[in-house]
Amino acid sequence: MTDTNKKVFTCIVCPRGCEVTANLDKEGNILSIEGNSCPRGETYVKNELLNPMRQLTSTVIIEGGIYDRLPVILSDVIPKGKMMDVMEALNGVKVKAPVKRGDVIVKNICGLNVDVVASRSM
Amino acid sequence: MNSRKIVIIGGGSAGIAAAIAAYNNGCDDILLLEKDAELGGILLQCIHNGFGLHRFGEELAGPAYAEKWKDMLKDLPVEVKTDTTVIHLDSDRNVTYVNPAEGYVTVKAGAVIMALGCRERSRGAIATPGYRPSGVWTAGTAQKYLNMQGYLVGKRVFILGSGDIGLIMARRMVLEGAKVLGVAEIMPYSNGLPRNMKQCLDDFDIPLYLSHTVTDIRGKDRLNGITISRVDESLNPIKGTEIDFDVDTLLLSVGLIPDTALLSEAGALLHPKTKGAKVDEHMMTSVPGIFACGNGLHVHDLVDFVSMEGEEAGAAAAKYVKGEFIPKKGYELMPGDGVSYVLPCVVSPDIMEDELEIKLRVKDNRRNVRLVLREGDKTIKEVRKLKTAPSEMEKVVVKKAELAAISGPMTLAVEDMG
Repeated sequence: MTDTNKKVFTCIVCPRGCEVTANLDKEGNILSIEGNSCPRGETYVKNELLNPMRQLTSTVIIEGGIYDRLPVILSDVIPKGKMMDVMEALNGVKVKAPVKRGDVIVKNICGLNVDVVASRSM
Repeated sequence: MNSRKIVIIGGGSAGIAAAIAAYNNGCDDILLLEKDAELGGILLQCIHNGFGLHRFGEELAGPAYAEKWKDMLKDLPVEVKTDTTVIHLDSDRNVTYVNPAEGYVTVKAGAVIMALGCRERSRGAIATPGYRPSGVWTAGTAQKYLNMQGYLVGKRVFILGSGDIGLIMARRMVLEGAKVLGVAEIMPYSNGLPRNMKQCLDDFDIPLYLSHTVTDIRGKDRLNGITISRVDESLNPIKGTEIDFDVDTLLLSVGLIPDTALLSEAGALLHPKTKGAKVDEHMMTSVPGIFACGNGLHVHDLVDFVSMEGEEAGAAAAKYVKGEFIPKKGYELMPGDGVSYVLPCVVSPDIMEDELEIKLRVKDNRRNVRLVLREGDKTIKEVRKLKTAPSEMEKVVVKKAELAAISGPMTLAVEDMG
């Protein structure tokens, strides 16, 4: 019987996909984190244990563009459980061309303190 | 006939980077031909993020990565023709293209850079049994419909193949309201990046069936169901292991093949494993003056490396048209134990650049190995790796000085650490 347990994560911060191990005590407190190649891996695993965060990309309707959809991205990650709320809120959002890359399409979406921004100019 | 110093075929990430590098290496007469309405290639439909970490130190959505490159190209004197499809290429580098404005045009090129990208393997390519209803799509086609035109191709979806596009589309379709019932992979391991297994499948509780393949497709007009079966070690389906799924859509993510129709027409030798051209240390094919790069040469995992390869080919083509290197017969570089392919296939140490990046893919998942470059029994270079996987391209960088004494063919192998 040990006082610690290990949890193994595949870091999703970048395409490298490090296998990061968190050593936890009986109460689930983090004792150490190893296997990450950069500090972002440590932050990722901490968040993953406490409050998993995700980036979300989607599209909105655009009128007058070269295509019918404008790709969008969030200005920062959001809690994993809020992804569907954001998708819901993006439904029906319509913009008119021209749009510049980085333009804010929806400010402070779902009150999450992140903006929905254009991934490209169109 | 018009003549141009460099003609680049394909305006995606490889072609754009090749154009910029060719200009930066002193070529002032460059024509870039793109079949679509704008530059950017497949990135335009890859709206997920994760592009550009190596190149720009940030994670961008595909269209943003493309736009950054297009911005770099914009102010350079490179002539770009969009809506332009190349239909012929011969070994004397005559490039024939068609477009609505000019019709049928042939250009004589001093050098040609093939940056055509790749195509998805389709249902025909994998000989899936069953009926032929609508509702069977390649993942990339479904991606284009959804992300550029706003059409969701189905509501209940199964995905065959664990390639990254399939995984990305699994998440994307769930977010857009479809139900994804599972992903089947014929191999005992996933072909996608580990992060995509996590964030596209695990996050949405989508089951992955390893060592399984689709053994029946049902439906007269529209797909209404599929069957998957477990496969044995020889990848043959095992009777009695069938699982049925009621789905209206089957997405195929079963591999990508470099687009080489034009290369074949020009007589370039193709690589049996990559299905792209065989190239030398300057990314030149077996036809003098015709270069190849990007996914049209071999399929990459990361676009950053596609761009880098485009730059290598662009720089080499610029040197070639200035007569700065004359192709020589070099020494063969071959895959050794545990390696499925290695590029380049031929190296001429006397004309190579100061450094050569050898690219390879391994055959299986292993830990604590070394990649060893040898000439006969003599070790030239050794690189240690904590883990290797067929889904991740590896690189070994060798310096010109390290290859100076080469006098015969070389091999690159994976070996366990002793």
